[in-house]
Amino acid sequence: MSIFEAILLTVITASTPLVIAALGELVAERSGVLNLGVEGMMIMGAVAAFASAQMSGSPYIGLLGGIVAGALFSLLFGFLTLTLVANQVATGLALTILGLGVSGMLGEGYVSVPGVRLAPIVVPYLSDIPLIGSVLFRQDLTFYLSLALLFGVSWFLFRSRTGLKLRAIGDSHSSAHALGIGVIRTRYLAVMFGGACAGLAGAQLSLVYTPQWVENMSSGRGWITLALVVFASWRPWRVFAGGYLFGAVTILQLHAQAFGVGIPAQFLSMLPYAATIVVLVIISHNRRTTLINTPASLGKPFVPER
Amino acid sequence: MKKLALALAASAAAVLSVGSAAQAADKTKVCFVYVGSHTDGGYSQAHDLGRQQIQKEFGDKIDTPYLENVPEGPDAERAIERLARSGCKLIFTTSFGFMDATVKVAAKFPNVKFEHGTGYKSGPNLATYNSRFYEGRYILGQIAAKTSKNHGAAYIASFPIPEVVMGINSFEQGARSIDPDFKLKVIWVNTWFDPGKEADAAKAMVDQGVDVLTQHTDTTAPMQVAEERGIHAFGQASDMIAAGPKAQLTAIVDTWGNYYSKRVHALLDGTWKSEQSWDGLKDGILKMADYTNMPDDVKKMAQETEAKIKSGELHPFTGPINKQDGTPWLKAGEKADDATLLGMNFYVEGVDDKLPK
Amino acid sequence: MRIELERRPQASKLYGFVSPLLALLLTLIAGAIMFAILGKNPVEALDAFFVEPLLEVWSLHELAVKAAPLIMIGVGLAVCYRSNNWNIGAEGQFTIGAITGSILPIVFTEWHSPAVLPLMLIMGAIGGALFAAIPALLKAHFNTNEILTSLMLVYIAQLFLDWLIRGAWRNPQGFNFPESVPFAPEATLPAIWEESGRAHWAFVFAIVAALVVWFMLKYTLRGFEIVVLGQSERAGRFAGFSSKKMIWFSFLFSGALAGLAGISEVSGSIGHLQPAISPGYGFTAIIVAFLGRLNPLGIIASGLVLALTYLGGEAAQLSLGVSDKVTRVFQGLILFFVLSCDTLIYYKIRIVWSRIRGGVA
Repeated sequence: MSIFEAILLTVITASTPLVIAALGELVAERSGVLNLGVEGMMIMGAVAAFASAQMSGSPYIGLLGGIVAGALFSLLFGFLTLTLVANQVATGLALTILGLGVSGMLGEGYVSVPGVRLAPIVVPYLSDIPLIGSVLFRQDLTFYLSLALLFGVSWFLFRSRTGLKLRAIGDSHSSAHALGIGVIRTRYLAVMFGGACAGLAGAQLSLVYTPQWVENMSSGRGWITLALVVFASWRPWRVFAGGYLFGAVTILQLHAQAFGVGIPAQFLSMLPYAATIVVLVIISHNRRTTLINTPASLGKPFVPER
Repeated sequence: MKKLALALAASAAAVLSVGSAAQAADKTKVCFVYVGSHTDGGYSQAHDLGRQQIQKEFGDKIDTPYLENVPEGPDAERAIERLARSGCKLIFTTSFGFMDATVKVAAKFPNVKFEHGTGYKSGPNLATYNSRFYEGRYILGQIAAKTSKNHGAAYIASFPIPEVVMGINSFEQGARSIDPDFKLKVIWVNTWFDPGKEADAAKAMVDQGVDVLTQHTDTTAPMQVAEERGIHAFGQASDMIAAGPKAQLTAIVDTWGNYYSKRVHALLDGTWKSEQSWDGLKDGILKMADYTNMPDDVKKMAQETEAKIKSGELHPFTGPINKQDGTPWLKAGEKADDATLLGMNFYVEGVDDKLPK
Repeated sequence: MRIELERRPQASKLYGFVSPLLALLLTLIAGAIMFAILGKNPVEALDAFFVEPLLEVWSLHELAVKAAPLIMIGVGLAVCYRSNNWNIGAEGQFTIGAITGSILPIVFTEWHSPAVLPLMLIMGAIGGALFAAIPALLKAHFNTNEILTSLMLVYIAQLFLDWLIRGAWRNPQGFNFPESVPFAPEATLPAIWEESGRAHWAFVFAIVAALVVWFMLKYTLRGFEIVVLGQSERAGRFAGFSSKKMIWFSFLFSGALAGLAGISEVSGSIGHLQPAISPGYGFTAIIVAFLGRLNPLGIIASGLVLALTYLGGEAAQLSLGVSDKVTRVFQGLILFFVLSCDTLIYYKIRIVWSRIRGGVA
């Protein structure tokens, strides 16, 4: 295997959780809900996935556990922001803090326990194609799920009626409500979908990326996810590209260090964050395009008028 | 409603404090402050295992409360002071970053004894203690030189502090004693504890063709990567064989308990003195995990080196040694002195990295 | 069954007062349940958390030490959030403020003068403000989302501090450990009542800042501007207020306060510069700001309450063996309950049993 292939594989593992979580958050935000609690949902997914895999012995049950945990945890957020109309920014932060604390507590017994690893699925014949074979057809389930999500979310948002309704809610919840679309109900589902994706991303962390459980192992990825959604202008394909860009810069800066590039390690470590800012600026620069792409009712509370 | 709750709470507090005061009279309190979680699987857990060892050894004579996840900085000062105020007679602050906080609190409580791990400031009631990890690193280096098929290894390092630099240099010295062409790559992850980053660094190294990994970070992630990719690695702070059954060659295991036991004996005997101790393999403050996954001759070599270090016959930093740029550092037969080692900020020849300044 | 909200014509004054108390009570109950599940005596645990830290003078000092940066930063953030500018990067501004404020004691070690300390504080505030100017600029002129830019800058600030301390600003006598030279006495923020504890003047600064902002928000035109622009940009424009200028003002102001908090913490509590100067104050302050409902006086209270949970968490670790993660759970719970109970202030909650939409109650 060439070094290029090897690096690509590592980048895939690093980018997959970002892409999955970002696609979920994208759907939530397209419905008008800003959920800053991705980090909390992700870490809850990670601990739940690890625990369920340990208890059942199967990493697939683990994946399921992560998804369910993320979705359930997001319900807390949904209840506060959709039913009780609380401030979305603050509630998202509360979710993150609670998630980090609760996951730490639940995971205490699982530290230093060797993890159950989700093994790659080898697609026969196709995986023997040089280069693309091993990169595309010899991956674990979460990578394939990330691709499925990419196509699924794209199709759902832009080619289905329900997706259209969801986007309508995101652009103007009062108009959508006047048209008889169930705003609160749709948003609940969108938030739960976002939670499920974040949970799946967390599961990838504790079952694939590093099959173990360690407190705070999400390590800020939830925040990167939020950045990704914005700088993808809420478009699924751009989310995918952005996730891989961030993953690639993260991995390549490590290689650069090993190659002895003369730049101090701290500055190399700054690269992914600086790159995010630069891309954000470039993308948001055109005010009109940004306005067109941003879901207009993002973050605004909705109370149906009686 | 709130007043009632407060009144109840206040009376509970009174009962509680009477209870603990009565307890303190019987048992001597030996207390610990950890920078991480006592179940972190790494550095702080190793200290906690030491605490558990002395709790078992001394049984009813001592109580060993601890505070964990204490951030370095002003929070540390508060935590240490809290311990001093709660009746601790001997307090171990286990991370370098607690140094100034320990100094300040030690000055305020002259009747309490303090011991600061891996630091360099001491006082009449403040001792320091450290472990000669570099002795273990030398052995690792020798094993690496015998194991690697391409004359090199990779070192996943946390932060460029003297302790880490010392470890890198000692590893290289050990490797060079077997293979003069051995080159050591170093990658800085700027964290003690982040499995994702450590795994990424490990994978990057393996992708570049490295076949032996070692680490100065605390999670088992690099070992897992080594196991997955079929190469060899060394564990850090604890035996990581569970994460790398076919990958682990050996590990440096921190066995602080033996040192803690010594000091508690001294405390109870009344012979405790402030000293700046730097124990090594022969004192049992660290030990090597079982030598596994290697041919018998390599195992024999490692055991022999270990014995030589313990007996004092071999000192990992014995000249002739040059610095990375070629300038001479130690003359033939000259041994490095402790002070230079404690402040080490340069590489020896053969380390393939630029030290972040 | 459905929960329906009916907007009150005016924010309820009664609930404005009752809501935080109700939230606290709910937190205590939830906490008691949590402790019971963990197998610890709930009364003892709650006592260790909330009462024990208040019983000793040295502990009250520690409360002030811990609360000061939270209040100072929180108050600045309140100005930002009220005007709809979401500064999430206070942690980064804290860090840069600490750096710029430390220039005098680290680079000009030979200059001894009573002017050193005031200058350090001013430079710290300016440093924080300048760093906050970056997301302000990007939002005002490049239309870039400030939540993300300010957040990314936090990581960059921390890495920069790390590089500085391990390199140019490392103490040459420090055995090459990553610490700066210790600050001279005239560069150290003094304690208020030396004998009884180490609370230093940062706490006073924090209270003063809170009072100033409270006054500003309640009685000045600028305060009115902040509130109006936050609630409706259009209305503000009609009144002649510029939201662009408000972006600059709010970021510079909160950045300055965060920077001041940074240098105060370094010079008062730590005494030298090192990579680890904040256990996340910039982020915790966000919670403090919301808990105090973006009102400076409320923020004083919420800063103290949150500091109490930190101290209480330690006390609980020692007296009961409760894990330190419980502290974070508590903080999350408090925020959750406060946010939920706050709904009562603006809305009447009705539980509707009938399935008919918009039906009669």
